[in-house]
Amino acid sequence: MLDITCPWCGKRHETEFRYGGEAHIARPENPSGLSDADWADFLFMRKNTKGPFAERWCHVNGCRRWFNVIRNTASHEILATYRMGETPPKLPGGAT
Amino acid sequence: MVKYSIFSIARNALQGHRNWPEQWRSPEPKTDYDVVIIGGGGHGLATAYYLAKEHGITNVAVLEKGWLGGGNTARNTTIVRSNYLWDESAAIYEKSLQLWEGLSQDINYNVMLSQRGVLNLAHNLGDVREGVRRVNANRLNGVDAEWLDAEGVKDFCPIINISKSARHPVLGATLQRRGGVARHDSVAWGYARAADARGVDIIQNCEVTGINRNGGKVTGVETSRGTIGAKKVAIVAAGHSSVVAGMAGLRLPVESHPLQALVSEPIKPVIDCVVMSGAVHVYVSQSDKGELVMGAGVDSFNAYSQRGSFHVIEHQLGACLELFPIFSRVRMMRTWGGIVDVCPDASPILSKTPVEGLYINCGWGTGGFKATPGSGWSFAHTVAKDEPHPLNAPFSLSRFETGALIDEHGAAAVAH
Ligand SMILES: Cc1cc2nc3c(=O)[nH]c(=O)nc-3n(C[C@H](O)[C@H](O)[C@H](O)COP(=O)(O)OP(=O)(O)OC[C@H]3O[C@@H](n4cnc5c(N)ncnc54)[C@H](O)[C@@H]3O)c2cc1C
Ligand SMILES: [Zn+2]
Repeated sequence: MLDITCPWCGKRHETEFRYGGEAHIARPENPSGLSDADWADFLFMRKNTKGPFAERWCHVNGCRRWFNVIRNTASHEILATYRMGETPPKLPGGAT
Repeated sequence: MVKYSIFSIARNALQGHRNWPEQWRSPEPKTDYDVVIIGGGGHGLATAYYLAKEHGITNVAVLEKGWLGGGNTARNTTIVRSNYLWDESAAIYEKSLQLWEGLSQDINYNVMLSQRGVLNLAHNLGDVREGVRRVNANRLNGVDAEWLDAEGVKDFCPIINISKSARHPVLGATLQRRGGVARHDSVAWGYARAADARGVDIIQNCEVTGINRNGGKVTGVETSRGTIGAKKVAIVAAGHSSVVAGMAGLRLPVESHPLQALVSEPIKPVIDCVVMSGAVHVYVSQSDKGELVMGAGVDSFNAYSQRGSFHVIEHQLGACLELFPIFSRVRMMRTWGGIVDVCPDASPILSKTPVEGLYINCGWGTGGFKATPGSGWSFAHTVAKDEPHPLNAPFSLSRFETGALIDEHGAAAVAH
C-alpha cells in the first residue's frame, strides 16, 4: 500500500485516496476545430510512462480535494506531491 | 523434435529419462529475419507458431527480454472461456476456445485443458438481467451458455453459500460448460517447442531497446544482443506495450496496472468448477495439486512493478469468504502480480500501425490468456498478409478515432 502525502492533510494510507490517472492533460482550446485523430489523442492516448510519472489523486476519504503526485511507476517511490494549478517541481532526470 | 507419445516415454524411461533432447534450441540471433516478434509471452509465441504453420513464414525470431513464461503468460489464473457479449468479441474468443480444444494434439504438448465449467455469478437484479442478456447473446453467436438460478448454482458448486442474508447474495449465474482452465506455462513451452520445430528462433534474454525505421518503414530492432534487421516487426509485449510502441513514436490508449493472484496450501478436492464474480472481485478454481487458485482486482494506479498492494488481496479474500465460508481456515501460500495492459473499452488491439511493416497486438488487459490461440492465429494472418483478418479487423487501433469501441466491461469486468 502506498503512503501518500496530501498537500492539505499530510501523510495518509492509499485507501483514503482515489486514483485519477495521468495529470496535466489539458482540454483542447478549440474543440470544434479538432480532427478525429486529435480527439482520440486527447480522450484515449496516454503516456503510460515507466519511471517518474505525473498523476492525479483525490483525497476522497479526507479533504476530498484533487492534487498531483509524481511517482516512479517502476518502483512505486513517490517523488513529489503538489496542488492543482501549481507547476510540477523540477526533478533530477527531467521527470514526467 | 522428438514427438511426445506413449512410445517415446517408454523408450526414455528405459534410459532413465537421461536422453530427452532440449525442447527448443537457443540459437544466436541472425542478422536478418523476415519477421521479428517482440515479446515471448503466449501471444508472441502463438503468433510465431501460426506464421510458420498457416503461412509458411519460418524465418522468424521471437525476442524475449527475460525467460519464456516470465510475463503474464505464467502469472495468470488460467481461466479459459468465450462467453463475451458483443459479436466481435464472441467471434475471436470462440475461435480461440475451438483452437484450445484441439491444441494439445496440434502442438503435441499437453496444455491440460480442463473444461470443467465456468460460473459467472449475479448478486443483484442488474447482474441478473445482464447475465440473462449475455446468455441469449452468446447462444445467438453459437457460444454455449446457460442461466442457472441460485439453487442451480448450489447444485453445480455445492460449497457455495447462497444464503439470502449474505452481504452479496447469489441470485444466479451464467454457466459456460466448455469453459475451464489450462496449464499456463505449458502454453508458452508448447508453442515455443512447436514453433522451433518449424524453424522459428526463440531468443531469450534479448531485450529490444529500439525500433529502427527508414522513411516511415520498419527496418529492424536494436537489442541488448545487437542490431537485428527485419522486414516486419510485431509488438506483442503485454504490460510493456506502451514502452515498446513508444520506441517507434506511437502513442497507445493503454494503461499498465498490477493485477494480483494467490494460491492456498494444497487441500483435498472441494471445488470442481471455476467460480467468478465480477461484482465482488472473486474468482477461484482448484489446481490439480489441490491449491485454490484465486485472482484479485487490479491496483487502481499505473505501475510496472509486477507487485500489487495488500489491501487489494484483503478485499478479495473478504468477499471470497462470504461466498465460501468453508475456506476460512485455509492458509494462503503465495501471492504475486503481473502487469496488465488495459484498454479503455476492455477490448484488445490487434492491428497494423501508421509505421509500415510494424504491427501491434496488445490491450488484452486482465483477460488475454484465454485468447492466446485465437489471437496468435488471427494476428499471424495480419502480419503475413499485411491486412486485418475478419476476426481482428474490429480490434484496430483506428477504432479510437472512428469511435467504434467494443465495450466489454460487462464480460471482462476485472475478471476473465
Ligand atoms: C494475476 C493475473 C491473472 C490473470 N488471469 C487471467 C485468466 O484467468 N484468464 C485470462 O484469460 N487471462 C488472465 N490474465 C491476463 C493474461 O495473463 C494476459 O492478458 C496475457 O497473458 C497477455 O499476453 P502474453 O501471454 O503474451 O503476455 P506476457 O506473458 O506478459 O508476454 C509479454 C512478454 O513481452 C516481453 N517484453 C516486454 N518488453 C520487452 C522488450 N523490450 N524486449 C523483449 N521482450 C519484451 C515480456 O518480458 C513478456 O514475457 C491474468 C493476468 C494476471 C497478471
Ligand atoms: Zn487531504
